[in-house]
Amino acid sequence: MSNRLSHLRRLEAEAIEIMREVAAEFSNPVMLYSIGKDSSVMLHLAMKAFHPSKPPFPLLHVDTTWKFREMIAFRDETVRRLGLDLIVHTNRDGVAQGVTPFTHGSSHYTTVMKTEALKAALSKHGFDVAFGGARRDEEKSRAKERIFSFRTENHVWDPKNQRPELWNLYNTRVRRGESIRAFPLSNWTELDIWQYILAEQIPIVPLYFAADRPVVERDGQLIMVDDERLPLRAGETPHMKRVRFRTLGCYPLTAAVESDAATLPDIVGEMLVARTSERAGRLIDHDEAASMEKKKREGYF
Amino acid sequence: MHGTLTEAEGFLAYLAEHERKSLLRFITCGSVDDGKSTLIGRLLFDSKLIFEDQLASLEKDSRKHGTVGDDIDFALLVDGLAAEREQGITIDVAYRFFATDRRKFIVADTPGHVQYTRNMATGASTADAAVILVDARQGILTQTRRHSFIVSLLGIRHVVLAVNKIDLVGCDRQVFERIAAEYRAFAEDFGFESLVAVPLSARFGDNVMSRSDETPWYEGPTLLQRLEEIEVSDTRLARPFRMAVQWVNRPNLDFRGFSGTIASGVVRPGDPVAVARSGKTSRVKAIVTHDGDLAEAGAGEAVTLTLDDEIDISRGDVLCPPDRRPEVSDQFAAHLLWMAEDALLPGRPYLLKIGTRTVTAQVTEIRHQVDVNSFQHLAAKTLNLNEVGVVNVSTSEPVAFDAYAEDRATGAFILIDRATNLTVAAGMIRFGLRRAQNVHWQALAVTKDDRAAIKGQKPAVLWFTGLSGAGKSTIADLVERRLHAMGRHTYLLDGDNLRHGLTRDLGFTDADRVENIRRVGEAARLFVDAGTIVLVSLISPFRADRLAARQRMGEGEFVEIFVDTPLALAESRDPKGLYKRAREGKIANFTGIDSPYEAPEAPEIRIDTGAVDATQAAEQVVAWLAERGYLG
Repeated sequence: MSNRLSHLRRLEAEAIEIMREVAAEFSNPVMLYSIGKDSSVMLHLAMKAFHPSKPPFPLLHVDTTWKFREMIAFRDETVRRLGLDLIVHTNRDGVAQGVTPFTHGSSHYTTVMKTEALKAALSKHGFDVAFGGARRDEEKSRAKERIFSFRTENHVWDPKNQRPELWNLYNTRVRRGESIRAFPLSNWTELDIWQYILAEQIPIVPLYFAADRPVVERDGQLIMVDDERLPLRAGETPHMKRVRFRTLGCYPLTAAVESDAATLPDIVGEMLVARTSERAGRLIDHDEAASMEKKKREGYF
Repeated sequence: MHGTLTEAEGFLAYLAEHERKSLLRFITCGSVDDGKSTLIGRLLFDSKLIFEDQLASLEKDSRKHGTVGDDIDFALLVDGLAAEREQGITIDVAYRFFATDRRKFIVADTPGHVQYTRNMATGASTADAAVILVDARQGILTQTRRHSFIVSLLGIRHVVLAVNKIDLVGCDRQVFERIAAEYRAFAEDFGFESLVAVPLSARFGDNVMSRSDETPWYEGPTLLQRLEEIEVSDTRLARPFRMAVQWVNRPNLDFRGFSGTIASGVVRPGDPVAVARSGKTSRVKAIVTHDGDLAEAGAGEAVTLTLDDEIDISRGDVLCPPDRRPEVSDQFAAHLLWMAEDALLPGRPYLLKIGTRTVTAQVTEIRHQVDVNSFQHLAAKTLNLNEVGVVNVSTSEPVAFDAYAEDRATGAFILIDRATNLTVAAGMIRFGLRRAQNVHWQALAVTKDDRAAIKGQKPAVLWFTGLSGAGKSTIADLVERRLHAMGRHTYLLDGDNLRHGLTRDLGFTDADRVENIRRVGEAARLFVDAGTIVLVSLISPFRADRLAARQRMGEGEFVEIFVDTPLALAESRDPKGLYKRAREGKIANFTGIDSPYEAPEAPEIRIDTGAVDATQAAEQVVAWLAERGYLG
């Protein structure tokens, strides 16, 4: 045998170890499933970690009702194919109050439909640990976060006072009501994710691949008109453009990039010469300086 | 597709190459303001890993928080927390990723401030190499020494000494060489396999990625060249097989597998294996993975093993070759880095996590503390935040381990405080203490049950806890009188009385209180062993210590009685005038005044002294005992 594990196999083994540790040490785990490429990789790793058993926890999707239609179809197909339990949680109060990205601004919308919804779902089911697919290379405050990241009873993260985390000896102790967010992909980069998807042939939402899609140009970003709910501004007419998405979320808040990359190797190739980071397509990160840290402190994943 | 096919193939070839590159995990450390974050920002910038949108926000941040005038402040790339950017310091470790044509890197940028040393240790624990920065103007500081010592302690064997801000000393060769020589002198005994000193300027990029014209006298490698060259041989594969069982995999009655990550060595189907702690042996039937069974698996791989025989194995067990087992002991000596605000209390039970096993443990002795500046050994009664010592540890059950110097994966442990759940210490095992194996328990013919039977009672300790002046001793005295009158065999251990003998060498510091309770608990245990109903009247303010006393007893033998009297009431009674003196500052560490009382969460009996008097309380206790058959 080769005497050194390849880089991807090391990352894979580390993620599997983290998942098994969670399953063994906590009483009520859940896996946040956002349907994106990182979630796809995380789910694939979970299938590996517990084989021949099924992953001993359900998936949780916080549905804002504004996800791309193709994401929801992919989600339901994936869950059916793998035979897993899925919990879908939507903030019904938010829906009833008519909170949308257009009426209340992306910041308030995110707080109500994502952060509050997530916290409510975690509390409702009494999950003492939740897996997230966040990576340290995504963003500056994520680069600071532990693999086992402690949350108070109110789901608050205190970045100035994190538990030391030495070796692979994770402290999993929490009191009732407190919880841990566990990040098995902490040490993966965006390139690692794509390489792994390529190597393992992991299914991903087709929106990642370039196709002709109806878009409008808004504040310098390309927004896809995924359904009739997108209010068009004066002078906006949807037109077809060859685009794809580097990251997926709520369609009104997720910008497309013009691209011809229609296969995985094309995507990776495009990524290697990219001059902007993947989060540039996430409108909610730009709201205010240090916005990710603020959202994370409040309980966002 | 079509025209891009060759291009795509080109990318695939590139990726295959990229995948073959080796990985180096390193940390940057050193004193505050030595330029660690700036250096990493520079590495990311020079290796073209800063995207346009990140650069735009960096320029904006630099104008707002930057510390280098109108220039881009590279430190802001890594100092990701709002508090860090405001204060211009690094609080916690940041992990960053970059690659060159030769290698991939994960770099942990660690904080320089002494109060964040535990975050530095967090980064160092998973690193293969360390870049230790020194400000050329300042030379070697206490924090340089502390970090170098911790780097050595955690087993990092490759060090680059980066003499930074060389431009600010006129790129003076003599300054550089003096610092390098001084460093080599004190690091001589640190066991570094390689130590290379590089003069550089992180801010301007001199000798970081490209050779500087400002230091023509320097002929060694640039920082990045050195990082690309460091040879990290994976010695784990050559070590004996070790795997800590993480999770027992039982999808159905026909499959029982043991999932875990191989810590060291190699395993193949047919290999004999032993369970380190029980000594039971079997053979490996298969190495099961999602991608099919393997013919062989080695260190670092996450696998599931099935065995030929049905032997008792659970999470926490260590699998090993029968002829090359790890040490198994309940006592060992270890280096301890203390990481909590609350000092180490010898004798206090903590949780100890080693591999996948968690047990109760206490530090029985501090052999010495190590001064991080002089590296001298000092006598110590405790370890405070960020202090390092060599200690003896005793665990509630035997654990399997190797010396940390031989195996980082099986020789490391952490301590967790049971009350706060915080990680309070990092430990590195030096060697097992043979005493545990050589002092055997003498089996005696007459047992506790025999002694209890002759007295016609069920022995137990009645542990009265509560504030000073709550009424513990009064109630305990009444209970004993009642039991005595009923012909029961009793003994009363009163905290105040014991301080004239058994515990008279102890004071009232937290450490002494822990030892006090340990001794009284042990004495009570002997009385229970003798078949007696023993009454203990002791403030015993800390939950963890009462729990420790409870755990030394058998099931049902520890009856915690909470004499619940509000502080105001106890203080108003003040039978011994102690509260008055404590309020006047004449008594230090007085429970309820300047030392906390942690009330029991689930006592067997709670006495509300606001509602019942002492006689009624005593009756409540006796009735409770009678109902449960303690009195025969």
